[in-house]
Amino acid sequence: MAAEKVYHNKGGAIHVDIACDVDLVRLALSLTSLPVLDLIKRTKKLMADVVLSVTVPHTLPLNEQICYHLATAGIGPALNKLNDRSHASGPEEYLGQAVLLADSFAQQFRPITDERPKVLLPLVNVPMIDYTLEWLASAGVEEVFVFCCAHAKQVTSHLEHSRWTSQSNFTVTPIESRDCVSAGDALRVIDQRGVVRGDFILISGDTVSNMSLKEVLKEHQERRKKDKLAVMTMVYRRCKPHPLIYQTRLGSEQLLLVVDPSTKQLLHYDSMKEAGGRESTKQQTLARQVVLERSLLADRPAVQLCSDVQDCYIDICSPEVLLLFTDNFDYQHLRRDFVRGLLSDEILGNKIHTYEIIGDYAARIDNLRAYDVVSKDIIHRWTYPMVPDIRFASPETGIKIGRSNIYKEDGLVLAPTTIIGPSTVVGSGTSISDNTIIRNSVIGRGCTIGSNVVIEGSHIWNNVTICDNVQIRHAVVCDGVNLKARAIIQPGVVLSFKVVIGEDFTVPAYSKISLVLQRHEEENSDEELEYAEAASGVAGSAPSPLYDGMNGSQADDGEETPQSPRWDPLQVGLGGAGCKWSTGQDDEWRHSVAPIPPEKIKEIVAREEEAELEDAARDMTTSSRKDNVEEQPDDDDDEDADEEDDSLFFDKEVEALFSRAVTGESSAENVVLEVDGLKLAYDRSFSDCAGAMFRALLNLAAQGPQTTSRELVQNTKQVLLQWGPLLRRFLKHQDDEMEVLLVFEEVCTEDRKEYAPVFASVLQELYDKDVISEEAIIAWASEKQHGDESDKIFVKQCERFIQWLQEASEEDDEGGEEA
Amino acid sequence: MVATMPDVLPLVDDFCTKLNRRQVEGSLDTAKLALVLLRQVISAQRIPPNASAGVLIDAIKTVGVRMIAANPIELAVGNIVRRVLHIIREEDASLATTVVSGVTVAVDSDDEDNLDIREQASSHAVAAANRNVLRAPSLHNLLESNPSPVKADVTVASTGDSTDTKSRSGDKNSRSWKLKHNVIESINIMLNELQEYHLQVAEQALEHIHQNEVILTLGRSRTLLHFLLGAKKKRSFQVVVAEGSPRYQGHKLAKELTAEKLSTTLITDSAVFAMISRVNMVIVGAHAVMANGGVLAPVGLHMVALAAKRHAVPFVVLTGLHKLCPLYPHNPFTLLNDMKSPSEVLDFGELSDCLNGTTGGAESHVFNPTFDYIPPELVSLFITDTGGHNPSYVYRLVAEFYSPEDIVL
Repeated sequence: MAAEKVYHNKGGAIHVDIACDVDLVRLALSLTSLPVLDLIKRTKKLMADVVLSVTVPHTLPLNEQICYHLATAGIGPALNKLNDRSHASGPEEYLGQAVLLADSFAQQFRPITDERPKVLLPLVNVPMIDYTLEWLASAGVEEVFVFCCAHAKQVTSHLEHSRWTSQSNFTVTPIESRDCVSAGDALRVIDQRGVVRGDFILISGDTVSNMSLKEVLKEHQERRKKDKLAVMTMVYRRCKPHPLIYQTRLGSEQLLLVVDPSTKQLLHYDSMKEAGGRESTKQQTLARQVVLERSLLADRPAVQLCSDVQDCYIDICSPEVLLLFTDNFDYQHLRRDFVRGLLSDEILGNKIHTYEIIGDYAARIDNLRAYDVVSKDIIHRWTYPMVPDIRFASPETGIKIGRSNIYKEDGLVLAPTTIIGPSTVVGSGTSISDNTIIRNSVIGRGCTIGSNVVIEGSHIWNNVTICDNVQIRHAVVCDGVNLKARAIIQPGVVLSFKVVIGEDFTVPAYSKISLVLQRHEEENSDEELEYAEAASGVAGSAPSPLYDGMNGSQADDGEETPQSPRWDPLQVGLGGAGCKWSTGQDDEWRHSVAPIPPEKIKEIVAREEEAELEDAARDMTTSSRKDNVEEQPDDDDDEDADEEDDSLFFDKEVEALFSRAVTGESSAENVVLEVDGLKLAYDRSFSDCAGAMFRALLNLAAQGPQTTSRELVQNTKQVLLQWGPLLRRFLKHQDDEMEVLLVFEEVCTEDRKEYAPVFASVLQELYDKDVISEEAIIAWASEKQHGDESDKIFVKQCERFIQWLQEASEEDDEGGEEA
Repeated sequence: MVATMPDVLPLVDDFCTKLNRRQVEGSLDTAKLALVLLRQVISAQRIPPNASAGVLIDAIKTVGVRMIAANPIELAVGNIVRRVLHIIREEDASLATTVVSGVTVAVDSDDEDNLDIREQASSHAVAAANRNVLRAPSLHNLLESNPSPVKADVTVASTGDSTDTKSRSGDKNSRSWKLKHNVIESINIMLNELQEYHLQVAEQALEHIHQNEVILTLGRSRTLLHFLLGAKKKRSFQVVVAEGSPRYQGHKLAKELTAEKLSTTLITDSAVFAMISRVNMVIVGAHAVMANGGVLAPVGLHMVALAAKRHAVPFVVLTGLHKLCPLYPHNPFTLLNDMKSPSEVLDFGELSDCLNGTTGGAESHVFNPTFDYIPPELVSLFITDTGGHNPSYVYRLVAEFYSPEDIVL
């Protein structure tokens, strides 16, 4: 070791590797008085230009790792990796880490999420995050990093009090960060912490699944062994390919995946979300066309287009994914930015693969409709073994399942005349009075429900008080809500924490009522940012926002009474509390828990049929056209048009540069540099540059005062004398010179006709000034020999000159031979 | 009590989580794992020298209640817990009788090994006698007017304690050690029985299956496979296998039987009634046997049993003793049925359009129960590792293997 250090001191190392053994590391540190850091500094000094890679061994305790990490980062541009990633992807595959984003960076659940993070919202009386954690634990994941952003305190305290902390071989580590506004930021923070050691599962805390991870992990790792660039595996499942289903199932839009069936590589990811329902039918039908790059099809025997899939938002990622996020700091959204970015990026060549779940269940809850549907799936036991009667999260109380999926928890008080219909869950400590009818609903714990109440298709959370004769249909009622007698809650309503609805009041459909006042943000800000602002604002201003209410204490009325004058009785009724949130969207029906109104369904179906008809019509026309014309020429035309645009723009740029040089704003040297830059930017050749320059030159010459062609020639002579050498620099080859001649021809016929008569004399001038060599002119002339008559105008004009040149060269040749 | 054995706790937790997650399934596997775990609990449990078996019983009970709660549907866990408790009680009683009845040859001896052998021999004889005492009262026992076994146990132990506490504390220590030792021995025997019960059952096959018979079965069970293969050694017969949807284990069984050159016919479940008139005997496996002789068996078997009854075909159930449950199916919640995910019945994507009422139409539901309850009057015979029994005899078996005070834990 010591010898090695000396070797290092001499500057012989590019790669400083300290063995992956704690004792050895300690020994190494104690062996030499100059610590590793000093060593790194010295090495850096000796070899300033070599990229130094320092690997801090992950076998050290985490705090020591961080110390080293910070210290080495401080030394300079030494490339630093906190954990040795190559170890993880080495022979002993380490699986069993998961990154769980306990923040969806979206605002579909507002106003509820202003007071409690989405992952803690009860889904069939169990917080969503517990479903995800239970699934991860049962799938064999050993370490989960829970990334919390908004309401981080609530999430961490929930985790601390849950049973996850006490479980052997399963650890849950919360990672808090306040200033993240997107999934991309979150992953960058996780990368900085350097806790991920190998392949990991990336999911959000609102995923419900019972799939087995073994197979997909195996597939992913085997692929990784063969191909280091296969960085991610995406999980999807099939569903019926009809937009109505997407809408009714999860409130999401149709998804289109293009997959290589042999390798399962994802080639294209297209969600129709951008073409959402707010736009006109026409635009939507346009969006139905998918443009695929030809290169995708180039060397594949087949590609598979799947439109009957549903993205599960479960990703198996390699550690490189984190690096990619760090490198591309503008990646925000996992799908919109990252997947698209990766697919369109051909330089690094990273690949995404797909995996289809068969038989298992997986769904992500990203809006209230999905919430409703997934609740029902859980009640109907599709998520087995994560069903209400298997107590995975709260082992204290028993729950019994009766016929037609009625779940009754222990400690329930039911009046004998209560009717509990199918697919219903009732939590413990709830009491229900006479003649109350409950169907298709979830009732939380500790609720008090009066008599003659009707509850249908609703989600009633904990400690809700519902007085007599209340009617609730398809609504979400959060913790501690108080509904006074004879109140009517219409479909799609969301009542946030501790709202009070007055007697005889009818809450109109799709309204959202909360005690938290709605913030009015600027309209155009990004929705993700909005959420983060609002969320952090609430977390800051009201540190324990009604969260304690969940633990059984009923609403503290003392706190609310002073505020009550504020509430508008038109919104919540007399004696009510809460204010209505306006969303400013007219498509509330899309994402609410209420069933989609029949007229909307008709609308969707009609639109679909119409679009299909249109498609068919278009197919007819294109196919008739296609009979003799292939599709490819169309594409080529497009590309040509594009190129033309580009070249025009390029010419203009060059001309502008040139004129700056003429007016003396920049030196000739700079012009050369800048044109070079443009050449790279537009991906042009030297001949293009030369052509553009020459065009600029001619323009400049023509701008001068001139009445006769003689004066024009004089002007051109002047300009050429001055700028010829500059032009010369771009003429690397005979072809470039020919290009200049061709441009000259073009200019004479199109832009500046005044040059046409003096073509020959200008050409001679060019020859005299050594801008164009005689070989180029002869080659140009001989090429034109075979052209049309119209092309030959200028050749004819210069016939004498060319003849002379040819003779001269022949003479030269002869002379050479003679000599 | 549990606090005294911290090393086993994580194991218990682990097992309970696995049960809860349904990662351990099948009554045989569950029974084996539960038994091994209980053995560990017993060996880790420290018994204070003066205490009787009560400490051990309490420890097993605490662990047992947790394991049963983790998966109440898997009745084998409860059966194993109760049988271990019964073993402890029995061994305790046999030791007590040794002390009291003055088979004190052993006590005088100083040599441990010697003591062991002799005591072993004697305790076996005593245990045999004692089993009679502990058994549910037969007419003979009632007439003998013995004191109830528990009482006897307690009084015996207490008298023993009061007289000998000071003088023979060392012996007391060895007694608790002996109890533990004997219990673990018995558990090991039981574990062996569990591992080989299907061979025991298969040995009886020749008595039940005759030449050229047609046997019908549904689904698959390991015991059944061994039973049929056992009969195949000397007889040639036909097997009709109903596939047993939605798990289609019948397909697997049919393959296995064909591989063994048994003539096999595979039919759908719905064709059972059509086939039953041609069948000589129905032989099936079971999930659990209740104390009244009723059977919890894979779904579809109730239908088969009814068909067999209609055509007077004998309905034979193969079972191991670990499936024998001392509970009566009177309480609907004892007869738990496992409702599995409907995805086994049908693909989620296929039905996703009519699964929710949000489109305005009625919802459709899919149910996937795992078990059927077959009432005792439909069962002709149980074949266990101890021989064939009538359903009406099951309560006697229960009395033999379980103590009445353990039935409610």
